[in-house]
Amino acid sequence: MNHLRLIIKREYVTKVKNKSFIVMTILSPILMIGLFSLVAYLSQLNEEKERVISVLDESGMIQDVFKNGDHISYNILENMSLKDAEELVKQTESYGLLHIDKLNNVDSVSGHIKFYSEDSPSLSVISNLESKIEKRLENLKLQNKGVDIGMIEAAKTKINIVQESFEGEKTSKIDSVVKLVFGGLAGYLLFMFIIIYGNMIMRSVIEEKTSRIIEVIISSVKPIQLMLGKIIGTSLAGITQFVIWLIIGGSLLFVASAIFGIDMGHMQSPNQQMMQQAMENPEMNMQIQDVLAAFYHLPIANLIIAFIVFFICGYLLYSSLYAAIGAAVDNETDTQQFVLPVLMPLMLAVYIGFFTVIEDPHGTVSTVFSFIPFTSPVVMLMRIPFGVPIWQQILSLLILLGTFMLTVWFAAKIYRVGILMYGKKPTYKELIKWIKY
Amino acid sequence: MGNILEVQGVSKNFGSFTALNNVSISVPKGSIFGLLGPNGAGKTTLIRIINQITMPDSGHVFLDGEPLNPLHIKDIGYLPEERGLYKSMKVGEQALYLAQLKGLSHNEAKARLKYWFDRLDIGDWWHKKIQELSKGMAQKIQFVVTVLHQPKLLIFDEPFSGFDPINANLIKDEILKLREDGATVIFSTHRMESVEELCDEITLINKSNKILDGKLIDIKRQFKTNTFEVGISTKKQDVLEQELSEKFQVSSANFKSLGNELKLNIKLSDNDKPNDLLSFLCNHGEVSHFVELIPSVNDIFIQTIQNN
Repeated sequence: MNHLRLIIKREYVTKVKNKSFIVMTILSPILMIGLFSLVAYLSQLNEEKERVISVLDESGMIQDVFKNGDHISYNILENMSLKDAEELVKQTESYGLLHIDKLNNVDSVSGHIKFYSEDSPSLSVISNLESKIEKRLENLKLQNKGVDIGMIEAAKTKINIVQESFEGEKTSKIDSVVKLVFGGLAGYLLFMFIIIYGNMIMRSVIEEKTSRIIEVIISSVKPIQLMLGKIIGTSLAGITQFVIWLIIGGSLLFVASAIFGIDMGHMQSPNQQMMQQAMENPEMNMQIQDVLAAFYHLPIANLIIAFIVFFICGYLLYSSLYAAIGAAVDNETDTQQFVLPVLMPLMLAVYIGFFTVIEDPHGTVSTVFSFIPFTSPVVMLMRIPFGVPIWQQILSLLILLGTFMLTVWFAAKIYRVGILMYGKKPTYKELIKWIKY
Repeated sequence: MGNILEVQGVSKNFGSFTALNNVSISVPKGSIFGLLGPNGAGKTTLIRIINQITMPDSGHVFLDGEPLNPLHIKDIGYLPEERGLYKSMKVGEQALYLAQLKGLSHNEAKARLKYWFDRLDIGDWWHKKIQELSKGMAQKIQFVVTVLHQPKLLIFDEPFSGFDPINANLIKDEILKLREDGATVIFSTHRMESVEELCDEITLINKSNKILDGKLIDIKRQFKTNTFEVGISTKKQDVLEQELSEKFQVSSANFKSLGNELKLNIKLSDNDKPNDLLSFLCNHGEVSHFVELIPSVNDIFIQTIQNN
């Protein structure tokens, strides 16, 4: 045990003190946040520009709806020909000219509304105009048929179906979204963690081989101790890096939004504008409450415990394979052939997670893959927020644990033989043979 | 005295390949024991078995009378042929780490390292990284790390590779000193001149079998051919050579000398006495050179392997 502690300590300290590790740890959140802020800032600049749209409404039916807004103001032109209007718009350098033909009949609008501009107009501007005109025309048509608009407004109803499980637990659409976010986040985190730090372990094993220190070490400690020490030490360094990223990222985000005064949800796109409109609704406040409620509905204790257990087992399962690959080859270029088959079940798990679990968290496919050991950590983590029976979790965990031990045993065998083999890249057949040594 | 290491009937197969076939060796306490053999003979496998890196398929290994067990790791110091150090780690940290893996406490390791670093005059390397050192310098560190925990049994696989002659000599003296202090040394090398110089006992392994072992001096006796190298000045060289070849097996010899004498290798039969040859020669000319040819380890090695 003393040896294991020493190895873990060395692995951790050398990783953490490594220059490129430090640079990556500090720089990547700064770069990410910097980039994000830049994009947000630029799009804000874009949005702040006041746009003037000239409107020539020869029908006179629609122009009332064009009220000056935050970033768009309308210049209503009257009593001039289209040609003059165009000239005027060009001279005043306004954003564009909306021209509505003389209409006799509200039904024959199509082809009579045009937008002229120097450059092609932004999508959001056009959709904004379209929705205004559509609304106006709808109302006009209804009025023509003798319908009272007031009555229609009064008749509008908003429905939100209350969902309740047989056990009396209330759920809602928001619930599903929150669960999805949590499950997705957990699964994706595990995926990223395995790829980043699995590779780090593999490189560290290869380093010991190429520097030829391995035999010196192996004469003092058991290979499996070295392997486990490496995995644990590297993982601790990984956790340290993740936590620092979270802290730096969080505080930078805070600082950046304070300095630039950027409302992060404010980036311009038609969708987001709609969201913004919705935000102003009182309904939205209700929804925020729903989100909070959904958060409380999550099986928090189960989620945390399952996250820790599945994360650790899943990560160890894969990282021991990475360690075995590192031991089997001499240099990093030879790893490709072996990394791919390890990566495939992992990718499969993420795809299943994001496509199938979202669709039907308790369907056959989701359930089956949450038992198969190489995909279960990711898929199960994504399923758990939706409520998975405890027996399923335990069964899946037992299968995972069994496979984990088998894999570590297998990896340790390969590792034990591989670290002392130099010179040539082994074939799969040779790897199998090594197990018998 | 007894044996520090007993290897009894050890065999090891890798798949269908036999690396060691029923090999037994006994290493006496306090000796320098040469483990010789051509490439791929199984030396490294045997050394790895002694170091508990590889487990034998059959056979037993005893260290100081006890069956080999994990506690013995601290009693053995191993300098592998394929050796190296962490390139980006500082010398001091690295040496401390490796010493601690051998069971030394942090403080003890530090004190001993200080002693060794002073002794080899490398104290100012402590904060350097291995990649800043030359190969020979790194080898010195490696040597220190191997002997630091004062093991009873030292195993050196090609210890002098990477050293210039001065440093090689330095290391050789250190090895001899360690032996004086009570350590036993197993020494595996292809440099026969250092075997000649250092080893008391040798074992020769070829194609996974032991084919020769014993005290170096006994082996040499066993391999000597009663041949004498002779240099003699006489006016009638042809006549003398003719006379000699009637009595003994004679072939021409080649050694450096100042004169222009007749140079011969003369092989005596078991009944002949060297003194008789010498007095015969003295009667026929001026003897400038008379040496018994002792087989070198190199000759023994080549001869044994080729006959095998």
